[in-house]
Order: sequence, then structure tokens, then C-alpha cells
Amino acid sequence: MARLLEHKAKEILSAHGIAVPRGRLAGSAEEALAASHELGAPPVLKAQVFSTGRASQGLVRFPTGDDETARSMKELLGRQIHGFPVTHVLVEERIQVAKELFAACIVSDELASPLALLASRGGTGVEELAKDPSVIFVRRAFSATKGLRSFEARTMAREAGLSGKEFTAVADFLVKLARGFLQEEARTLEVNPLAIAANGEAVALDCHFSVDDYAVPRHPELEIEIPREIGHPPTELERIAAKVEAADHRGTFFFLELSSEGERPVGFHGAGGGGSMMSMDALNRAGFTAKNFCDTSGNPSAAKVYRAAKHILAQRGLIGYFASGSGVASQEQFHSARGFVKAFREWPLTVPAVIRLGGNKEDVAIEVLTKFLADLPVPVEAYGKDDSAEFCAQRLKSLVRELPPVAPYECTPTSRTDAPKEEYAFQILTGRISIDHAVCKGCETRPCIPACAPKILEDRQGKAILREPADESAHRCTECLACELACFEIGKRAIEIELPIEGFEEYLARRKEHGQ
Amino acid sequence: MSILVHRETRVLVQGITGREGRVRTKLMLGYGPKVVAGVTPGRGGEEVEGVPVFDTVNQALGEVGGVDASVVFAPAFSAADAAMEAMDAGIEFVVVVPDRVPLHDVLKLVEFASERGASFLGPNTLGCLSPGEGVLGMMGGSPEAARSFFKPGPAGVASRSGGITSSIAYYLGKAGIGASTIVHVGGDSVVGLPLPAVLARFEQDEATELVVVFGEIGTTQEERVAEMMARRELTKPLVAYIGGKQAEEGTRFSHAGAIVEGGRGGYESKVKALTEAGAHVVARFEDIPRQVKKLLRSG
Repeated sequence: MARLLEHKAKEILSAHGIAVPRGRLAGSAEEALAASHELGAPPVLKAQVFSTGRASQGLVRFPTGDDETARSMKELLGRQIHGFPVTHVLVEERIQVAKELFAACIVSDELASPLALLASRGGTGVEELAKDPSVIFVRRAFSATKGLRSFEARTMAREAGLSGKEFTAVADFLVKLARGFLQEEARTLEVNPLAIAANGEAVALDCHFSVDDYAVPRHPELEIEIPREIGHPPTELERIAAKVEAADHRGTFFFLELSSEGERPVGFHGAGGGGSMMSMDALNRAGFTAKNFCDTSGNPSAAKVYRAAKHILAQRGLIGYFASGSGVASQEQFHSARGFVKAFREWPLTVPAVIRLGGNKEDVAIEVLTKFLADLPVPVEAYGKDDSAEFCAQRLKSLVRELPPVAPYECTPTSRTDAPKEEYAFQILTGRISIDHAVCKGCETRPCIPACAPKILEDRQGKAILREPADESAHRCTECLACELACFEIGKRAIEIELPIEGFEEYLARRKEHGQ
Repeated sequence: MSILVHRETRVLVQGITGREGRVRTKLMLGYGPKVVAGVTPGRGGEEVEGVPVFDTVNQALGEVGGVDASVVFAPAFSAADAAMEAMDAGIEFVVVVPDRVPLHDVLKLVEFASERGASFLGPNTLGCLSPGEGVLGMMGGSPEAARSFFKPGPAGVASRSGGITSSIAYYLGKAGIGASTIVHVGGDSVVGLPLPAVLARFEQDEATELVVVFGEIGTTQEERVAEMMARRELTKPLVAYIGGKQAEEGTRFSHAGAIVEGGRGGYESKVKALTEAGAHVVARFEDIPRQVKKLLRSG
């Protein structure tokens, strides 16, 4: 579930009529000082990171003057949280707090219903407070269609021991919170602390706001870049991956860098949530740590698997590559196999790889992997449904033990590398196919034509060419990569399928420039 | 017998003219049970694989008579609405296949179903399959694959992961153990028939001697199964595997379900609860067939 940073969450709460402290986002000391002057009093500085217990980590500061504000800002912006830098700080007015409560709306899987919570005390350590018998925790399921009714909210406030002005203020707050929760299609909307200000008003001082990923397209106001729970602000590589997925709806592609610093990092390439988790567990038992999580499933194109593999290979310090899903997939597995081949030859792969592509057409998949990758200086072993994830992880263990990573080497990619002399090219869904007819016409077998599943190519005067005009037929290309591999294997190596990844080359160049 | 789907189940397919709808209708026609009608708004009067298509569910029922189950292949954002249409027309069981159905749509569907006394499997489900009887949804992919993968027998299979559902049934079959019904409850955190509801049906089913469960981190389904066992509401032997041991807390992978919430929901919590309740929790996925064999022999 995608999570909103505090400043964004508060903006949304405010739009739903909930009181929040005045504040402004700052990315530098100068911006923070300007915001502070606008507030007219010493502010509170809150680092915008996905981390609980920010106060205890020194990520919330109460500077007394401009000098301290500037100094605190510099310190905060120099911090790394779970390996990811702090880039923004919320500069906020300080509220005179009379009392701190806790309020939340969540989805209970057990009740299959929204659930509202209210506690008579809040603030840091709310989980400990939940065990304190003197603290009253009220919970109430409410209708997903009708919302939390006013009387239900009043009942909750009463049960939490509130009275007088704060009773009314909190009941009113709960109704608005539940309304915001339903309208934004949240999974969790937790306000802690919910402050009763000196003037009796209920103010949301801090907030944990997660929304349902699936509903994100219906909520542009949330400005969510990557509709997934990733636990940290998205990394560059994750952002690049998210764009790949957004541009190609055939199947799922999700890439997540894991913050765990393992000693034996392996690039992990799963397929399907359950199968991926089962495979990661097997990898773990073989003594490895997954450097990333990646899922290509739901019948993804070969092009998508190729791009996913490139993201995985781009990570530093890998000692192996492990691909494994459920084992009995219904998708035609040779698509994935071709994606691996193109990526592994092009990058090229410098560590041992074990690829488990069990399921539909697994024989073809295994043959493709074996045939096209046998000449690499590192082993690539391919397995099917009768070889367990456990066995495959153990195979990787043996291979890694015997073979340390090799230095980058010259490897012929499956794509033509020479500039075309007589280019014939057309756009496909997410890329471009370029055939050098100067090379192509010397080919007698023309294996690309029978290899093409949607049958859009034909032999015309000794050249491979689209059967119909490009604007009528090129969109039928499924980006299965079969033509390029066939041309590479038995043709003249005349075909180049360009599958650009937006921002990827720039990212690598930038990284190189910084000597990383 | 079996649960949820039998040879005689009369089925309606919603979204029958779409790509998925067409392919899966072929699967159901080829494997069983009986697909008697299809619905796609605006496409009434057409036919798909010989099945008549109607504009609304009500109209379909008026023409072909009652049906026992509807299988929904509508796009994610209209899936809950389609399921409500089926329930409103009086269909008591709906399989909601699509992935990425918004959570709050599902919550509204839960309310709607309970008001009408209906139930639903999914969303984000492959469906359910009783070997040799029939399939609702897309499990198996094609009739040939379904026939070769799944054999009838005494094991009730319930899984929270789609791919794994087929895997378990396949590996059991390879070990000579057939299944009564194979159910994918759906990968999301809120589903119409979670594991406890499916296992309650297996408990009542004469053909099911023992139950195999693939659980995952996130949600409280497995813990609630353990509670059922403790209350003796589930007395048949249960073999379980829980996926997601290495998953980071709070990280949700592609499965919407893999969320760790509070004390319950974690790997350790699930294994402990199930083990204490008398379930046979295996540490490795590959151990499932062996454990099932052992229990069948001793029973």
C-alpha cells in the first residue's frame, strides 16, 4: 500500500476539514528560515521520511532561533534513513497541547469492514499504551457505504471517557476522519497524536496515511508516483522501473530495492507473489539475501522481462542471479526465457544464474536458455516444474561457491550491433525493430519469418518485410523477441530490437560519473 | 461430492465477450461444468463459443432459467458492480476473477453480499476446480492442462496464492494424491471467502478427508483457522505451508495480501498458532506431499 509522507497526508486531511498545524515544506535551510519567519514563531522541524519513532531518532527538532533552525536543517538533510537520504523537512507551527489522544481508521480483514479506533491517550509508544489498562481503547466497525454516523462517533467519544467541548470536537473529528478514509480509499489513516489544543480544538499533529494501490488511478490528488508499499522514498532505479510498468500493461512488473544489507546478495527475479515469496525463502535458506524484489507475472511480454532483468543486473555487488516463481505457471514461459537471453547477453551477465521457469511450455523455455547462453563464461542453469525452488537455490549455492563473479567481458548481443546500411524499421508497442536489408538479403533461411507468432513478416524479394503497411500491422507485434533470436541463431544477425528504458542509460552514466 | 463447483453447476459468465472471458469460457465448456449464458452490457444477441450473450444478468436468467454461480471477468474497476448485479438477480455464488479490484469496492461488495445472503470467491482469484467435475474461473488454463494437472481424490486444497494453488495440486497429483476441490481464495487482504470460510465447507464435505493450506504472511486468516481448530469446528487433518518468511515486515510484494499487521499476520505467529492447534506445518514447500501421504496412511 502506497504511503503518503506527513506533509501530503496533512494536506489531504485539511481538504477534508480536519484541523492541522500551519506548515510548509522545506528542502534547504533557507527555505526553512523563510517558512519559519512566515509562521512568526519558532517552528518544529520534522524530517519527511517513512519511519516510525522519528522523535527518538532525532528527526524532529524544536529549534529556539534562526541559527539553530539553520543548523538543525543541515543536520536533518545530511541524514540517511534505512540507506535513503532525507530530502525534505516539514516546518510547522507549534501547537499548545492540552491532551493527546489516538484515532485511526483501518480495514479489518477479519471483519471485512472498515474499523474506527479511538484511544483516551496517544503520542509516542501508542502500542505500549494499548496494553495499559488505564487507557481506554474503543473500536467500532462502520459501514463502507454509509460511513461513520455522528451518533456512532459520539458513542465512541463517550466510551473513551471524553466530555464537554472535547467530546464534541473529537466526535466531529472522527466523522470527518472516516469520511476522508472512505473517500480517499485508504487502508490506514492513523492520527497520532490527535491533540486537543488549549482552545479545545481537535488538531491532527501527525498522521500515517496509506492508500489502496489499486484505487490510486482514481485519486490523482494524492500525487502517488509508485502505487506500492516500498517503505522508503522511491530510489532512482525504482522510479525508472515504475515508468516501465506504467508504459506497458501486459502483465505485472514490480521492482523494489531491499534495504537489508546482506553479505551474500543475489539479484532476485520472481513471478507471482506467492511463488516469489516461497522462492525468496528458499534463497534465504541457501544462505543468500535477495538484493531486490522483482516480480514479472500475469503473462508479461518478453520485452518486459528483458527490462526487468536489466534493472536487476544494474545493481552493484551481486554474486548470483536467481529467477523462480510458483513452478507451475500458466503463462507461456518461453517469453520470459527470451527476455533473459537478450538481457544476459547484452549486459552481459557476470555471475552464475539459476533460472526456474516451470509451467506452460517450460521445455521450450529451458531449451532457449540453454541454447543461447551456453557460451557465456558464467553458468546459467535452467529448470522446470519438477525441480523445486529449494533445489534450485541449492544449485545456485554450489555454483556461487565454485565461481566468483567474472570481470565484464565482450559478448555478442542477440541484437545486430553494426549501424545499418539499408535500414528497414518500424515502431512496435514499446520499442522499434530495425532490420538491415543489406545484411538480410544474403540470408537463405530467413528464420525470422516462421518465428514471428502473429505472422506479420513475409519474404519479399529476398528480404524480411512487413506483410501489410506498418500502421496496420506493427501493433500486432507481441514483442516476443523470437525474430531477433532466430536471426541471431541461424540468420545473418540483421535484426535489432530496440527496447529503450526511459532514464536507464542516463542513470548508469550518472552513477559512473560519481565513480560508484 | 466436492465444494463450490460440481458437474451439474449451472454457470453464467459476466464479461464473456472480452479476451479473458472468451478463453475461460472455452476452458469451462471443455472441462465442465455447464456454461448456460453470458453477459456483456451492449453485446446482447451475440454468441461466444455457442453460449448466448445477454445485456443484463436479469435478462439472461429470464431466458435460460436459474444459475448456481456467476464468474466475473469484467475490468477491475467494474468488477464489484458486476458481482452486485449477479447477486441482485438472485445468484448466490459469484467468482470475482479480476486482479486489482479496489479494496473499498470489495468492502462495499461484502456489505451487499451479506444483505442478499450471497457469497463470493475472490477477487484476484484463479477460481476453484473440482477435478473431473468442473472449474469456475481460470484454473488450469486449458481443458487439456487441467485434465493432466489435477486428479480427483481426498485432499481439499485452499491457497492464498494463485500460482501456488496449481503447484500444490500438481505436486500432490505427482505423488499419487488427488484433490476433492482446489480453491484459490484470492490474493488480496479482504476476500469474500477467506481460508476459514473455505475450510468450514471442506469440513462438511464427505469427499474431503484432509485439507492442505498454502498461507502467506499478512491478514489473520491462518490464525483464525487455528482458532477454528481449537474450537473443534475443523476436525479434519490439516497440512499447511506459510510463505513469506524472508519478507520484510510491512513490505507488501505483488500480492496485496502480504502485509504484516500487528502481532498476528507474521510468519512466526501463523506457524505457532497453527502448530499449537494441531496442524502439520511443513517448513519446506516440497514437504507437503510427503506429509499428506503420511496422514492419509495413518488415517
